[in-house]
Amino acid sequence: MPLRIEPLQISAFTASCAAGTGTAALLAALEQGRSGLRPNDFGSTPLPTWIGRVDGLEALQLPPALMPWDCRNNRLAWLGLQADGFLAQVAAARQRHGARRIALVLGTSTSAIGETEAAYADLDADGRFQPAQRRPLVHTPHSLAMFVQEALELEGPCETISTACSSSAKAFATAERLIRLGLADAAVVGGVDTLCGSVLFGFNSLELVSPEPCRPFDAGRNGISLGEAAGFALLERASADSELLLLGYGEASDAHHMSTPHPEGVGAERALDDALARAGLQAADIDYINMHGTASSKNDEVEAALVARRFPARTHASSTKGFTGHTLGAAGIVEAVVSLLALQTGWMPGTVNSRTLDPVCGPQLRLAGARGAVRRALSNSFGFGGNNCALIFGKEAVQ
Amino acid sequence: MSAASRTPTLYIEGPAFWAPTLPGWDVARAAFRGEGGPVQPPARRPSPQVLPPAERRRAPDSVAIALEVASAAVQASARRAADLPCVFASAHGDLAINDYMCATLASQPTLLSPTRFHNSVHNAAVGYWTIATGCQAASNSVSAFTASFAAGLLEAATESAADAQAVLLTAFDVQAVGPLASALSSDGMLAAALVLAPQASERTVAAFDWELVPGAPGPALRSDAARALQGNAMADALPLFEALARGESGTLDLPLSGRLTLRLHLRAA
Repeated sequence: MPLRIEPLQISAFTASCAAGTGTAALLAALEQGRSGLRPNDFGSTPLPTWIGRVDGLEALQLPPALMPWDCRNNRLAWLGLQADGFLAQVAAARQRHGARRIALVLGTSTSAIGETEAAYADLDADGRFQPAQRRPLVHTPHSLAMFVQEALELEGPCETISTACSSSAKAFATAERLIRLGLADAAVVGGVDTLCGSVLFGFNSLELVSPEPCRPFDAGRNGISLGEAAGFALLERASADSELLLLGYGEASDAHHMSTPHPEGVGAERALDDALARAGLQAADIDYINMHGTASSKNDEVEAALVARRFPARTHASSTKGFTGHTLGAAGIVEAVVSLLALQTGWMPGTVNSRTLDPVCGPQLRLAGARGAVRRALSNSFGFGGNNCALIFGKEAVQ
Repeated sequence: MSAASRTPTLYIEGPAFWAPTLPGWDVARAAFRGEGGPVQPPARRPSPQVLPPAERRRAPDSVAIALEVASAAVQASARRAADLPCVFASAHGDLAINDYMCATLASQPTLLSPTRFHNSVHNAAVGYWTIATGCQAASNSVSAFTASFAAGLLEAATESAADAQAVLLTAFDVQAVGPLASALSSDGMLAAALVLAPQASERTVAAFDWELVPGAPGPALRSDAARALQGNAMADALPLFEALARGESGTLDLPLSGRLTLRLHLRAA
């Protein structure tokens, strides 16, 4: 078991997704039970499914200095950075710590691959990219982090984590280690993923895409709804005044299958146990769980069973994929933000779109949202390759 | 800035290396020392024994070379793969699969292969590694463009130091192919691996202290064998493996970006 860690302060956070740009819009959607999903209208030959699409990216203009990075994913990153005053919060942190002492750790599953797809659809007569598309800084996984580092004028360690749908959750773990070891005094973490052909047709090829809005943990669930999102958080060392904290994290592998979770949820449970150990908490101390809950048959079965056997009935658990769609590499940060909003406001979201819970679910799983005292929240993120991450946030340090 | 850092000494075990011209650490080590040359003809892609036979043939090149060096590093460290958290680093992931995905999406998107799709994730190689070895520890997949090895080493070092545990680092990139090669360059195949440990052991080949310093350029490569591999996107791994081969002690700068460098103070065992 890992040792306890010193909590880190969440100094600022933001998320932008189909449910809204910025946390106020996201919180309103969560409180009103309003799904951000729509019938798929992405691309020239849209599959019959529902998506969580962010409006306005096609018309969004990057500032001239950032134009070399232009693509849908970096546009969404730019939209996300401007929400909730996040740019200004990072600028203030830069003043406090110096640009070289702020790490940047971002998760993404597909980064700017949508732009690479576009280049393939418009090759020149020799089968090469058009000259304007020969941009090595765009057609690579690190494009997002390089772009954000430039946009935020940061000079500290800069790393892309790409472990599919756990990517931006794991960014918190990497940042915690960098700060604990004194390699940084603060860190911007988060992630961005955008809709693209690779994921829409890819998940379709695995027969994991639902023809209707996804229904996590529903007995009749029939697949995921893909989405896109950007989210960021600023982490610093905690003080007695800190109001929101990263208390613990756990990372573990299933060692089972590339695209199917371990049937007993071995990796997910190990990630949970490591997160609890680092936080110095028991499962019974968790008030709210934001589940990975993709609405795929297997994920939900395994995750629901894990929560049913490990948590007391009073713990409120829900999946917010029906609000946002599954935003893949950005899911970790979006759902960390949902968990932080629960701590801040006491609103524990429900599981929108779902109607009849799968019998495998315990009493923890809730279709309706509820208000209550939320002191500690857990967020689960699981990815292809059997890659699992659990994060625990709280309102005060654990005694 | 090193004054504020609390980075303990780490120990390197089991360096492993694979490129078609330098297929294995013994050959690479000799070539990097100027005591031998590249093999002729170049080796065909490895067939990592850690995978079940059917998967050995089907595995993408990136997975084959990554698992080959990961196995060699763990074997040389005399540790159990199942116990080791693992960090895999790659600038671009599997470029041949990216080419396939984008070409198929441009022509017949509904015919996309589900296997190629799940192999297209950046963490495919580390996923296959954890499945093949039964490793349920943390696994990571890191990318940082031309600084991907340095970023992977930093990630592995922080994981090793923060939790006082041995960590496997594996780094790899493959050839850019198809139209994508007109925008990105990566030549041939290159994979390298090592185990970082928080304590010295009889398998230790070098120790290092480490810090972050303002942007300092990386060292020039000293051997023809290493210089011949510079076109690969994982070329920033070469200076460390050259230094390990030559048993050198001293400062080794690995740029993390234009503004920041991971500085190792290396001591040969």
